[in-house]
Amino acid sequence: MLDNLALGLETAFQLENVLYCLLGVVLGTAVGVLPGIGPTATIAMLLPITFSLEPIPALIMLAGIYYGAQYGGSTTAILINLPGESSAAVTAIDGHEMARQGRAGPALAAAALGSFFAGTVATVVLAVFAPPLARAALEFGSAEYFSLVVLGLIASIALARGSALKALAMIALGVLLGTVGQDIYTGTPRFTLGARELFGGLDFVSVAVGVFGVAEILRNLENETTRSAFVERVKNLWPSRDDFRRIVGPVVRGTGLGSLLGVLPGGGHVLASFASYSVEKRLSSTPERFGHGAIEGVAAPESANNAAAQTSFIPLLTLGLPAHPVMALMIGAFIVQGITPGPNVINEQPALFWGLIASMWIGNLLLVLLNLPLIGLWVRMLAIPYQWLFPAIVVFAAIGTYSLSFNSFDVYAVAVFGVLGYALIKCGCEPAPLLLGFVLGPLLEEHLRRALIISRGDASVFFTRPISAVLLALAVGALVVSVLPAIRRKREEVFVDDD
Amino acid sequence: MDNRRSVPDILAGAIFAGIGLAFVVASLGYELGTPLRMGPGYFPLVVGGILVLLGLGIVVKGLVAGEAIEWGPVPWRSMLLIVVALVFFGLTLRRAGFLPAVFVTALLTAFASYRIKPVTAVMVAAGLTGMSILIFIVGLQLRLPLFGPWLTF
Repeated sequence: MLDNLALGLETAFQLENVLYCLLGVVLGTAVGVLPGIGPTATIAMLLPITFSLEPIPALIMLAGIYYGAQYGGSTTAILINLPGESSAAVTAIDGHEMARQGRAGPALAAAALGSFFAGTVATVVLAVFAPPLARAALEFGSAEYFSLVVLGLIASIALARGSALKALAMIALGVLLGTVGQDIYTGTPRFTLGARELFGGLDFVSVAVGVFGVAEILRNLENETTRSAFVERVKNLWPSRDDFRRIVGPVVRGTGLGSLLGVLPGGGHVLASFASYSVEKRLSSTPERFGHGAIEGVAAPESANNAAAQTSFIPLLTLGLPAHPVMALMIGAFIVQGITPGPNVINEQPALFWGLIASMWIGNLLLVLLNLPLIGLWVRMLAIPYQWLFPAIVVFAAIGTYSLSFNSFDVYAVAVFGVLGYALIKCGCEPAPLLLGFVLGPLLEEHLRRALIISRGDASVFFTRPISAVLLALAVGALVVSVLPAIRRKREEVFVDDD
Repeated sequence: MDNRRSVPDILAGAIFAGIGLAFVVASLGYELGTPLRMGPGYFPLVVGGILVLLGLGIVVKGLVAGEAIEWGPVPWRSMLLIVVALVFFGLTLRRAGFLPAVFVTALLTAFASYRIKPVTAVMVAAGLTGMSILIFIVGLQLRLPLFGPWLTF
């Protein structure tokens, strides 16, 4: 493993890669700070651009955007009670309270240091657990893959918030949209409505940009408010001795919880931050301080969501399965570069695999070094009015989508999915399961059909092969958990907590 | 969550059921095959059927025990303008060229905001056009003419 890490560090420390890592985390922090633009839309927009880069810097940069956004989201949550990212929502509870008491500095420092610790540990977790998992995955046949995808899709509902029925429907819709285009086995064009452009299937970037970019903009335009950009000067960054003593435990526990939950499909990092907050509150000898500026309430969720952001790369790099939409976009990025994400990456592209992992640690270091001194700058970015910002998103999305295959059709698809996505979000449907279904749908169909051909049409193959059976049993369990009302209520509690 | 009718639920269910039904009908036009050798229509037919059932389930739930969802205003004008902007971009990029296509798209999009003043919108559009040219044409070497055949003589 040391050899591998050395290879990774050597790759990641090449000047070009460090620069792209820096670019990624800076961009990520920026979109994390700005409410209304998330990492999903940003990565979707930048995906076509990465086409012109080498695979390693491209992936390092995209990964940087993702975990950089987790950092940026917490900054605004603390300073102005506006979580830029859903995973930072819980940070705002105590973080903003601390800021109001004039302790914004220690809150920001606790978030940054906690995140850095979590990022470092999670990187090691990734380096230790990914290779054996990838080896195990190499033994997987089509039956196992099918069951694994089913589990992944179902589990994403169990962990997400909101109605399970709607999330299931969103997945099914995504899977159906994924069937558009030529059938893999017979070459028959399906659901193309006679449009040649659809033979290759709907473009993933169009769907992602529409659902996460345009739909989100429409959502924000419902109620245009002028943001209060007034922020007090941040002084006294360094936490006191007492603060340090308080946050050690929460940071360590948050990291553990986050590393674990991050691997699971669905909004693992969101759940991780909420769950770790509840845990700390329950363990605390002074739970009444929570909600009134307890530094533990900042350190724990921030550590947890950063750890989860890191370990959510495990299923992607070892199984080729995305844990959530951003990872689905990363799959797109791998494919754009001509690499099939999955268990083979580690052997066929060791420099890429280990370089990516090592770059995450470097990226976390850069984030601490950059963000604490530059907090003033990030805050000033909030003064940019939304009216300037959203036209930029639309224009960059249009150019980016077009440049993917120089086809106007993809741009029209953005408009269609923007409107459809907006309608569905308005009706209380979360967009993430749709994108997961869309990405995983073709895999689901391919492995289902192949498994049945190999077993000569005997569907029992999914239950007689032990690994497949276990995975399906887990999927059924996850389904029951997400539908049963009693357990659902418990789950809502974790998300709502008391504020 | 009190027991009551929920229009968003019913609408969501109807959208799901409608799209599912469309896929089911279209799937029947393809060879279905057998479970052993599934044809192109088999898998979408099954998933489409599932979506119809889920959609109907959501409608029923919306009628008896719907989720309380805050509806809020719908920015119709913004939606229309953004769709028009994207379609305009797709139609004119090749013919009018990068610069005019981006400028008009940005301008149309900027007006999707209810609060923006015309002067600001023009400034935003101009600034965005400049930035796009720098990033995409100069920086990333995207092979698109600044002015297309419609505007070059």
